[in-house]
Amino acid sequence: MNFFQFAARNWREILALAGEHLALVVKAMAIAVAVGLPTGIWLTRRTALKRPVLALAGVLQTVPSLALFGFLIPLSFIGGIGTRSAIVALVIYSLLPIIRNTVTGIEGVDRSVREAAVAMGMTDWQVLWQVELPLASPVILAGVRVATVISVGVATIAAAIGAGGLGTYIFRGLRQYDNNLILAGAIPAALLALAADAGLGLLESRLDVNKRRAGARGRGDARVRRAFWATLALVVALGLAFAVWRGGARRADVVVGSKDFTESVILGEVLAQTLEARGLRVERQFELGGNLPQDSLVAGKIDAYPEYTGTSLMAILKHPPSTDAHAVYEQVKREYAERFDVEVGPPLGFEDTFAILVRGDDARRLNLHTVSDAIPHAREWRAGFGQDFMSRADGYEGFAHAYDLRFAARPREMDLSLSYRALAGKEVDIIAGNSTDGMIATLNLVQLADDRHYFPPYEAVMLFRRQTLARLPVAREALQRLAGAITTEEMRELNYEVDGKKRAVADVVREWRERKGL
Amino acid sequence: MTYAVPGVAAPIISNLELEIHRGETLVLLGESGCGKTTTLKLINRLLLPTAGAVLVEGRDTREWNAIELRRRTGYVIQEAGLFPHFTVERNVALVPALEGWGAARTSERVAEMLKLVGLRPEKFAGRLPRELSGGQRQRVGVARALAADPPLLVLDEPFGALDPLTRAALQQEFSALQKRLGKTVVFVTHDVREALLVATRIGLMHAGRLVLLDTPQNFLRSDEPRALAYRETLRLPEETAAALAQTLDARGDGV
Repeated sequence: MNFFQFAARNWREILALAGEHLALVVKAMAIAVAVGLPTGIWLTRRTALKRPVLALAGVLQTVPSLALFGFLIPLSFIGGIGTRSAIVALVIYSLLPIIRNTVTGIEGVDRSVREAAVAMGMTDWQVLWQVELPLASPVILAGVRVATVISVGVATIAAAIGAGGLGTYIFRGLRQYDNNLILAGAIPAALLALAADAGLGLLESRLDVNKRRAGARGRGDARVRRAFWATLALVVALGLAFAVWRGGARRADVVVGSKDFTESVILGEVLAQTLEARGLRVERQFELGGNLPQDSLVAGKIDAYPEYTGTSLMAILKHPPSTDAHAVYEQVKREYAERFDVEVGPPLGFEDTFAILVRGDDARRLNLHTVSDAIPHAREWRAGFGQDFMSRADGYEGFAHAYDLRFAARPREMDLSLSYRALAGKEVDIIAGNSTDGMIATLNLVQLADDRHYFPPYEAVMLFRRQTLARLPVAREALQRLAGAITTEEMRELNYEVDGKKRAVADVVREWRERKGL
Repeated sequence: MTYAVPGVAAPIISNLELEIHRGETLVLLGESGCGKTTTLKLINRLLLPTAGAVLVEGRDTREWNAIELRRRTGYVIQEAGLFPHFTVERNVALVPALEGWGAARTSERVAEMLKLVGLRPEKFAGRLPRELSGGQRQRVGVARALAADPPLLVLDEPFGALDPLTRAALQQEFSALQKRLGKTVVFVTHDVREALLVATRIGLMHAGRLVLLDTPQNFLRSDEPRALAYRETLRLPEETAAALAQTLDARGDGV
């Protein structure tokens, strides 16, 4: 399937995501203008504050976007997962160009013009509205234009915190090794940015007194300018109203989250459909990156998400690795209840541990079955590991130590899904994937057995807020129903249906539930 | 009256005492930085004196409502300070619009003012300032200042940025116009020819002080060193200066 076939088949979804994307940007720009424009005006009246405020806005803009999203998640008032954090982040990035251009534009108004305005007996308000803002409007608009283009770009990253938009396709495409998805996200995003840039640029030149064509009659121009300010005011008002209205929207009974890889999304969908089958309204907040699922769960932004006991033990509870699956489960269950008021549901029936993977032809050629078999070859190999594996207590450091592994160079740290592509493309020779990953079969990779039992058990479980379970007894029943419901083979199959066959998660899960009679 | 900026040792204007008569054209003459423009700004309350008082129509500017005072004071500055985004018509109609005149009365007044400063309304009303020459812009600036018929007109080097020929023409026209309108005018310039041409009285300023205040003819006869220095720049022989003074006497321009 080439990109155009893909686009033809999925144009509705692409349009819907582009619409979400645009809505995010428009709302953020509305708020940014509503905040930035008055701030800029105010700074031209309080010149002592100009430097510190602009410096602060400048510092805010340098915070990397993913880090900023991370900071915003635990702040329940302005942050959380979903569109609100994304909008707040976009606003923060947009403030500097808008404030700075407002100040520059107003200060750039010819001194004699301003002086004449005051001397003619205009009030401060009249000077601002009739002289300063109209004359500064091309510069201010240039700032809005820069901010909009930045926002269209940053908004793609917002998909990582469940804000939707075209970034959803890009992240999903990276994860599923699917260029069509990446293009379906990236091309409309680029087009949006170009359209915003061109459209606002056109408006900007229409507003500029000096760029208008000679002989143009002023009356018509004044009308254009009035229309511009009226439109801007309308967009700001609508955007704000919409943001407020959405903020107060009805909440679902249960919000189910997931991590940002296919298996977690599938498990989230399994839980969501199981809950929906019991008549509950479910909101999905899937594909949350990094620590977001845990932070969101504790902050009450989501009610449940699928997790692995080993991850909970080491990455979240910060305990040393342990190899006894049952002991790990009991310890995690007890501590989650005490520390987070979170229920750890019964094991789902399979384990997803780190899988040390090599290309199938290498494995056959060199007769590799276990990690130990690979030790002599490692000196000539390049390794590529996900951020997770590189940073976790049960990750690379201990692994290299346990097997006394030395690679040709320090392993390259890369996105997990990219590491599969890098292995298949022979850019690296060994990676750490997930044992249930559908890509293992798709890309003809071979898993090397953990013969020294380094990796701790990673049993899949559902985490659920105890308050929510107490409120909804049917949710507890659903949780019990999922005990032991999924085997490793089934999980690999489900992953393959999504990653390998590019099928929709909801359909794959629905068919599986029907087969299992859940 | 004194005006000083906090933290600056010498006041910009010190102990200035000056009475402006109704209907006269008082020219404040002096080099850059002598306090001429500051004096103007004190009249329409763009600035307030730090000591002493400025009375307009017998009322302290502190007691005037700043907006009302400014709308009663026509103001013309160098390069006109026209609003670049307003047409000539809207520029001239500025104060009438602020004062809430009706549309018909305003446009009639705008046409009248444009004719007064020698611009054909039908040709110029719809233009933007950048579509005018420097001289035309200054004319619009004067029309704007006069539009709401203010009793007092202050001009800050209004013709300073123009080429010599245009400047001479506008000086002549302004002088003639002023005789017809009979406004009270305060006119700031550093050009002694201009001062002699338009003034009924000349106030010579230096370093924030008023060093001479007299009619143009007495200015030409004065032996005040700064007045002498200005006369030098005219490059007139002594006898011609005396003759010019007498001509001015005969013309009856003096008060």
